Amino acid sequence: MLEIKDLKVSYGAINALRGISLTVNKGEIVTLIGANGAGKSTTLRAISGLIKAESGSVTYEGKSIFNQPAHKIVSQGLSQVPEGRMVFANLTVLENLKMGAYLRNDKAAIAQEMDYVFNIFPRLKERVKQQAGTLSGGEQQMLAIGRALMSKPRFLMLDEPSLGIAPLLVKTIFEKIVEINRQQGITILLVEQNANRALEISQRGYVLESGAIILQDDSAKLRVNDQVRKAYLGG
Amino acid sequence: MTDLLQQLINGLALGSIYALIALGYTMVYGVLRFINFAHGDVFMLGAFAGYYLAEPVAKVIPPQTYLGGIVVLLLAMLICALLGVVIEFLAYRPLRKRPKLTVLITAIGVSLFIEYTCQHEKVFGASPRKFPDLIPNTTWELGGLVVGSAQVIVLVTTILLMIALTLIVQRTKIGTAMRAVAFNPQAAALMGVNVNHVISFTFGLGSALAAAGGILFAMNYASIDPLMGVQTGLKAFVAAVLGGIGNLPGAALGGLLLGVVETFAGGMKGISNYRDAIAFGILILILMFKPSGLLGKQQTEKV
Ligand SMILES: Nc1ncnc2c1ncn2[C@@H]1O[C@H](COP(=O)(O)OP(=O)(O)OP(=O)(O)O)[C@@H](O)[C@H]1O
Ligand SMILES: [Mg+2]
Repeated sequence: MLEIKDLKVSYGAINALRGISLTVNKGEIVTLIGANGAGKSTTLRAISGLIKAESGSVTYEGKSIFNQPAHKIVSQGLSQVPEGRMVFANLTVLENLKMGAYLRNDKAAIAQEMDYVFNIFPRLKERVKQQAGTLSGGEQQMLAIGRALMSKPRFLMLDEPSLGIAPLLVKTIFEKIVEINRQQGITILLVEQNANRALEISQRGYVLESGAIILQDDSAKLRVNDQVRKAYLGG
Repeated sequence: MTDLLQQLINGLALGSIYALIALGYTMVYGVLRFINFAHGDVFMLGAFAGYYLAEPVAKVIPPQTYLGGIVVLLLAMLICALLGVVIEFLAYRPLRKRPKLTVLITAIGVSLFIEYTCQHEKVFGASPRKFPDLIPNTTWELGGLVVGSAQVIVLVTTILLMIALTLIVQRTKIGTAMRAVAFNPQAAALMGVNVNHVISFTFGLGSALAAAGGILFAMNYASIDPLMGVQTGLKAFVAAVLGGIGNLPGAALGGLLLGVVETFAGGMKGISNYRDAIAFGILILILMFKPSGLLGKQQTEKV
């Protein structure tokens, strides 16, 4: 469904991605793990068009989306939940969700999508009128995911959805990611530092280190891999 | 008492004009985080658009009628909206990824360019011109209060435009997108928003309001010239800062307050020559105690 080949990105003199290749097949949950500064967010930002890559290729459903502007990429069914959530703090929960459906016009379909979001995150429904900036970190994460779903994506990228939220909620968030993947058939590329959980819910994983992919395998195998255990699973 | 009330009405009329211009400064700041110093010149161009439109419109709609006035106002707003879009496209968009200071200096350049081009004898010429009467020139006297039709029109038009603006910003899709872009352009782009379109729209909207301000100003003060936007534009900018830059109700409030304070200071015997000094002194005081402006939120600068 998504194929990246030899993708290179740099910020000025910093080479953030030094030619990475990865594939995500339809229906899969694939995870990308790595330490701080490895280039995980850069990968997602390059796919979703928030930054321009230097070279390489990004092919989605057989078509190149390499270096297209972000708003064109969403329209093709890719959606990103950005690092740090980036909910519109000055907008209400409802307005945030409507922004997620910005490119859609079918009111009935949008309402259906919203019902689905409220169904998986009932807490958002109780807070529709509230300014998003007043939500707790966990609720903001739910909103960020809900907002991304409102575009009815076929491919969803999540950048560290567990970052900075309470452990109990982390569990819920990961369960919901699996649910979204199973119920909606949405293919998922999950970036995480919480490698343990990410490898638990994914089928395959890639390990990124200093802008290069150093390992790739079935998640079950990565979980017992010595190198991965030492570096990312705390022994 | 009647005197005070009279001053208040005069002040609100002047303040309405500041408010209309201030809204454009604050909206553009909201989406781009920079001060469009050419905005005062769009205000001037609005007045001149009205000046040149008056005659052709009078051929279709009788002159000095409210309908004629409204048509001139709307056409001038439309022309300036397009101008605003073009200015942004030509001057600011190519610098989108450059340091803010570069864009700021460019804005000053655009402002000077417009001012000096318009002063050329083949364009408008430097000397002031008498603005034609667009609406019936009536004055009403109510228990010692004197209110002119132009003043009433300023207040009514300003209220209507502010209601329209609020509806656009709060209720429409593009308005919501504007607020989203103001908060975080990258996140807005991830929703499928074409950020450039929203920025164009914002410039168009702000410029239309400035044009309305220009015509209302010209109706009240009768004389227009290519440099009329300099001082008024600066004051409107101060009004936007006073209200809390980036905040729409703040810009409206700041404009009205500045107009009222200035008018009161101008009406006092012995100090009327210092009215700007007094008005700005009060503003400095307010900003000393509330640096983010009256309605502005304390914000850490985005990086
Ligand atoms: N806007 C930027 N300007 C300059 N360098 C950047 C920028 N964004 C990221 N980098 C650098 O690129 C490298 C990769 O950053 P990236 O954000 O992709 O890492 P990450 O794997 O997502 O890390 P984290 O887990 O901390 O989010 C880092 O060295 C980082 O310092
Ligand atoms: Mg990151």
